[in-house]
Formats: sequence, C-alpha cells, structure tokens
Amino acid sequence: MAELNIQELERRFQEKIDNDIRIEPNDWMPERYRQTLIRQISQHAHSEIVGMLPEGNWITRAPNLRRKAVLLAKVQDEAGHGLYLYSATETLGADREETIDDLHSGKAKYSSIFNYPTLSWADMGAVGWLVDGAAIMNQVPLCRCSYGPYARAMVRVCKEESFHQRQGFEIMMKLAAGSEEQKAMAQDALNRFWWPALMMFGPPDADSKHTAQSMAWKIKRNTNDELRQQMVDITVPQAEMIGLTIPDPDLKWNEEKGGYDFGEIDWDEFWNVVKGNGPCNKERVEARRKAKENGEWVREAANAYAAKQKMKKAS
Amino acid sequence: MANNEWPLWEVFIRSKQGLSHKHVGSLRAADAEMAVENARDVYTRRSEGISIWVVESNNVHASHPTEADSLFEPAHSKVYRHPTFYDVPDGIEHM
Amino acid sequence: MNTLFEYLVRLGDDSLILGHRLSEWCGHGPILEEDIAMTNIALDLVGQATSILKYAGEVEGKGRSEDDIAFLRYEREYKNALLVEQPNDDFGVTMMRQFLFDAFRKPLFEQLTQSSDEQLAAIAEKSLKETKYHLKHSAEWVIRLGDGTDESHDRVQSALNDLWRYTDELFFTDEVDADLEAKGIIFSSEELKASWSEMVKNVLNQATLTIPDNGWQHDGGRRGLHSEHLGYILAELQYMQRAYPGMEW
Repeated sequence: MAELNIQELERRFQEKIDNDIRIEPNDWMPERYRQTLIRQISQHAHSEIVGMLPEGNWITRAPNLRRKAVLLAKVQDEAGHGLYLYSATETLGADREETIDDLHSGKAKYSSIFNYPTLSWADMGAVGWLVDGAAIMNQVPLCRCSYGPYARAMVRVCKEESFHQRQGFEIMMKLAAGSEEQKAMAQDALNRFWWPALMMFGPPDADSKHTAQSMAWKIKRNTNDELRQQMVDITVPQAEMIGLTIPDPDLKWNEEKGGYDFGEIDWDEFWNVVKGNGPCNKERVEARRKAKENGEWVREAANAYAAKQKMKKAS
Repeated sequence: MANNEWPLWEVFIRSKQGLSHKHVGSLRAADAEMAVENARDVYTRRSEGISIWVVESNNVHASHPTEADSLFEPAHSKVYRHPTFYDVPDGIEHM
Repeated sequence: MNTLFEYLVRLGDDSLILGHRLSEWCGHGPILEEDIAMTNIALDLVGQATSILKYAGEVEGKGRSEDDIAFLRYEREYKNALLVEQPNDDFGVTMMRQFLFDAFRKPLFEQLTQSSDEQLAAIAEKSLKETKYHLKHSAEWVIRLGDGTDESHDRVQSALNDLWRYTDELFFTDEVDADLEAKGIIFSSEELKASWSEMVKNVLNQATLTIPDNGWQHDGGRRGLHSEHLGYILAELQYMQRAYPGMEW
C-alpha cells in the first residue's frame, strides 16, 4: 500500500467524522485527537471514581435499609462506569494504572463538584438530582461521540444512570414533603449544590479552550453554555414542583429566548476548586491514593499466585 | 509499579439463550477464574447475561484497518449472494 | 420467649452487621473490580437482613418493621456473632473474616431450605444462591493470598490467627436452638460444624495456612454481649433514626 501523506490521512479522517462514521481503535487518527480523547475520557473516568467518595460517606449512615441498598448500588454503578471508561482509554493505548497515577499526582483533573463535602442526608438527594442530572445532560450527547468505544461506554452509562437521578429526586421530594427539619435540610442541600452543579458544564464558551476543536471532531456535540442553559431550564420547574427555592435572586423567565436568565457564576471559585483549593480536594485524592497503595500487596499476591498456577499447569 | 498490573481481558456476554456471545468491554484480572467473576460483577449487575466468556486481550488477533479495502471491499461487488439480487414475479410466495 | 423471633434476629443481624462492615470498603477497594465485587456481596447481605428482619417483625407481632428492628434497638439487643463486627483492617482480614463466615452460612442455608417454616425455607433458598457465590469468591481470595507472596501469606495468616477465636461462636446453641430444632425449623449445629470444618481445612490447606493452636474462644454475641466495635457501628447505623426520630425518608 502506498504511504499516504499526513495531510491526506487527516483529510480522510475529517471526512469520516463529517459523515458521522465512527472512529474505531485501530483506525488512523491524528495524535491530537487521540490525546484529547485520552484526556477527556480519563478525566471522566476519574470523576466517576472520585465521585464514589462523597456519596460513599453516607452508606453506613443511610436512614433505612431501602435507602442503604439503593445508595450502595448507585455508588457501585459509579465504580462500574469508571471501569467502562478506563476500558475505553485503554483502547487508545493509554495504560489504566498510569492514568490513575496521574490522578493521584494531581496531574489529571476530575469534575470539581466532587470536591464539595456531603454534610447531610439531603446531600444524597441533591447529588443525585443535580449532579447526576448535570452529568446525564453532558453524557447523552456523548453517546453520539465520534469515537466508537467512548460512545458505546456512554450508552451503557446513560442507561444505568437514569435511576441515579430519579433516586436523588425521590430523596429530595420526600424531604421537601416531610417535617420542618427535613425541608430545611433539603433546602440547605440545594443551596450548597446549585452553583457547583452549574459549574459542572465547564467554563463559559468564550473561555473554553477545547470546545471548538472538540466540536469539529464531534467528541463534543454541544457547548458548555448550551448545556448549562438546558440544565437550568429543566431543573427550575422541578424545584418549584416540590416547593424548594433555587438560590438565585436573578433567576427570571425570559419569554423572548424561551429560557431562564440566571445569575453570574462565581468563576473565581470554580478555578480555585479546579486548582486544588476546594474544601475536599486533598481528602478525595488522598483517599484514592491510599486505596491503591493499600491494595498493592493484594494485586501483587494475585499475580504471584496466578504465575505459580501457570507454572504448575505447564509442568 | 506497572509490572504489578493485572492483565487485560476482553469480556463477551450471552444475553439470553439462543443468542451468541457479544463483546461488551474489558477489565483487569489476575487469572481466568477471577476474570469471569469480575465480568459477572462488572457487566451483569442488571441481569444482562446468562453466560460469560473472557479472553486475555493479548490473545485477540485482529484484522488491520489499513487492509480493510482489500479484505472487505471485494465482497461489495458480489451482490448475487443476496436474495434481493433476483427477480421474483408477483404472486410467487414462500421464496 | 419467642424463640423463632430470637433466632431470626441472630440470623438477620449477622447479615446486617457484616453488610455494614463490607460497605465501608465501597470506594476504597484494592482495585476497581474488587471494589465492585465487595459491594455486590454487601448488597446481598443488606438484602438478606431486610427480608430476615422483616419476617422477624411479623413473627414478633408487635408491628415493628424491618427498619424499626434494624435501626432502633439498644446494643444489647443486637445478636450477631462477634466475628462479623470485627473491623475490616486490611483486605486480608476482611477476606478471611468473609471466608470463615461464608463457610458457615452456606451449609446453614442448605439446612434451612428444609425448614418446616416455609418462609424461613424460602429466605434460605434465595440466600443460599448468593452465599455460594460469596464463598467461592472469599475462598479463592484466601487461597490466592495464602499462596501468593510472602507478605500476603503472612498477612492472611495473622488474620486467621486473630479471627480464629471467634469461630466457635458461629455454632453457639442454647434453648432457642433446642426449641426450634425440636420443631424441625432448624437443624443440628454439629452437622453444621462438621461441614464447616471440612471446608475450612480444605481451603486453608490449599492456601498453605495453619490453623492456630490457641484454643481459647470468645462468645457473647448471640446473647447481646459484644466487643467494643459494635457501639461505633451502631452510632453510624442509627445516626439518622436517632437524630430525627419518627421521620420518613
């Protein structure tokens, strides 16, 4: 086969993308496309895994057996989702444990929402409703992402996550309809999680350095601001329905655009949390690092045993 | 550190009797027994399967995408392998 | 005394407290795949606790739900074996604890599928399927760790040395058991111990581990006398129900 020059390869690649033909692991792809995907998918995987911690906090304190089982199943799903996503990065030639080490060293990022603490049972509701709600909104378009393994992992993740948001909303609904203490607990959780949840869609389009290229490659299908607007428009009526108040004095329906106008997001806070100054950054990464370190001897033992068994079989 | 990593396995699940096993993803495991159990816990949490195959990833041999033209395109011109290639007059049934 | 109620509470508390312990691992497992596996086992145990304590409430006939029983008793009213409340410590201790327990629960549920109490037999039937898998999983890990590296061998041997003293209690019997055995609701604890011993010896042998010769054994759990650990478990388990009494969640 004649060697194609790089421009021709890139042209053919972009043509496939433009025609909505999925890219599969061994297909030729520009190095920057590969690197962008590895960065995005591993960040996504890290978010799932770090995301287990704030909710994991409340498993042993869940108020009844049903809620306990649901929460366990949900946090477990997040481990599963992390795994599906790490699998997708491995198809791009990234090594899972190396990507995880990048998380532990602070080189790799994860969704900054998980650096906020979960302080009450109502936070399990707020996280499910708002954080999973925002995540689903981000993820549904990713099911059509140009990279096949990522898109397929997202299909699976989205299917499984639909229960996550519902269980969160159910918790909030129950609290909002409960005693004064319960209602206050729910409102307090909404107050603390509302703005960080809106930050989950990333910086405003004007400041987002990756958006344009990612959209051209169809890794991303909507801009950050589009998705954020969608989130606000969908969530406000849900809050009203259960009698909770969105903590935004500037929130107002705008008939002309057919959506809500909302207040200024504190991007200074956002960038600080991303940089490591959030309330729980240190604890979250430390917990993950410790889990890996404490598991070292276990993984080593399993390998040693497997090697011994292979030797026995061979002899 | 990296040499303590468990090998990668590809997972195939039969979702119900009568269907073939289908690739669903991958995972890490130290041995085959563990790979099957991990596959059960990772990929069948919602009753997605009744049978599991695992294959160590480095045992999977794949065709190369750059050869796709020569491997698969010749079949495109063999339309006569497909029943729609043939004319059957109206009124003929069960064919 | 309502012996069936008492028995169900013992059975259900084992699942409840071990489920609690295992769920402490969620998010902290030695590798992602095993994190998921341990959570699955924890979920099975919480499910067992739910159905067993629900039935206990019905048998008691005082209108208590499974949640009332699980969350609103005093420490002395919890009847789990001491083994299951022992701290997780490292993965070796957790897996050894799990194995010693699973090796007891599998033949127990096998027996109980024959119970003259239909509901208990049905619970045992479902739980047996789960427990067979738990036992396979924990036994394989004990073997892997025992026959893995020197470090893993030492760790899991020391786990066995520490936990062995809580194993006899699994076969504890008193007038509760005598009464239920006479009614054909439960069966011989000696037979149980015989199959447990065989399984344990076999697996520990494959794992190149040695049963400690210190014969001293602890008990008390079945009568509500626990180690210091249970109080802390209950402080977390009951926190919401105690802080916000009588509310629905």
